[in-house]
Amino acid sequence: MADAATIAHDDHHYTSTGLPSWKVGFWAFIGSECLFFASLISTYMVYKGRSIVGPYPEEILNIPLTSISTFVLLMSSLAMVLALDGVQKGSRKLTLIWLGGVIVLGAGFLGFQVYEFNHFVHEGLTLGTNVFGSSFYVLTGFHGAHVTGGVIWMITLWIMAFRGKLTPADSLKVEIAGLYWHFVDIVWIAIFTLIYLIQ
Amino acid sequence: MSAEATIMNEHEHHGSHASPGFYWAIGAVLGVITAVEVAIFYIPALSGVLVPLLLVLSAAKFTLVVMFFMHLKFDSKIFSGLFLAGLVLATFMTVALIILFQVLPQYKV
Repeated sequence: MADAATIAHDDHHYTSTGLPSWKVGFWAFIGSECLFFASLISTYMVYKGRSIVGPYPEEILNIPLTSISTFVLLMSSLAMVLALDGVQKGSRKLTLIWLGGVIVLGAGFLGFQVYEFNHFVHEGLTLGTNVFGSSFYVLTGFHGAHVTGGVIWMITLWIMAFRGKLTPADSLKVEIAGLYWHFVDIVWIAIFTLIYLIQ
Repeated sequence: MSAEATIMNEHEHHGSHASPGFYWAIGAVLGVITAVEVAIFYIPALSGVLVPLLLVLSAAKFTLVVMFFMHLKFDSKIFSGLFLAGLVLATFMTVALIILFQVLPQYKV
């Protein structure tokens, strides 16, 4: 009876596997996103070293600065799992603190990216300067757009939590947002190594 | 056991994850690995093995986030299958394109 009451209160749909359909669908989406980012990374790798005019990657990429922004994004992933833990425990305070942390750290990462792009443009690297500029801006720009989407998503969840509309019954919503956020993080792990460190 | 009860058991089973302390430990390891990556980038003596070292460290960070932050370690294998299908295909595509356009001389761009 208790289970039936809980199910009646739970508005999630389940597949025949017993798994929530939203989560199954979202993992399939993440699988397809792997191919999307792989195509952009492949393009960068294929054109690597083919620019006939500068600026070249080794002249312009700022490793210390990007290391800090990478660390910021990794820590935002930590904040995300702690936010999910807060929701699952029904703690509004923990949820607000850690979702706020994700928003601040995600916005911080975007701030680093805006600074980097602005600096590169002043150094003469634009989307049309050379193949390095084209492939670099398209790859990191799409990643930044994903982070921006994630920050907006986190802000909506924070507002829901602030209004008391994010309860343990809604933890799947936060879990799926978390999957998106962590995916954006692992894409950056690959970009940081392949584009910034392996020159 | 009713279908509803089975669903709830599945849901409860997959919903059980690690403790906050464990997540903090994973976060610390990720931070340390990033610091090591940057440090070895500036060590000239390691330039010969820099690429494989960075790839291994990056793979370690990737795996930690996927297994523990994305909960694939604790979740249903169906989710792992959905993710790995895309990841394996993406890896094959990247390697194939690099071999085709960077290694084979007749196709070099």
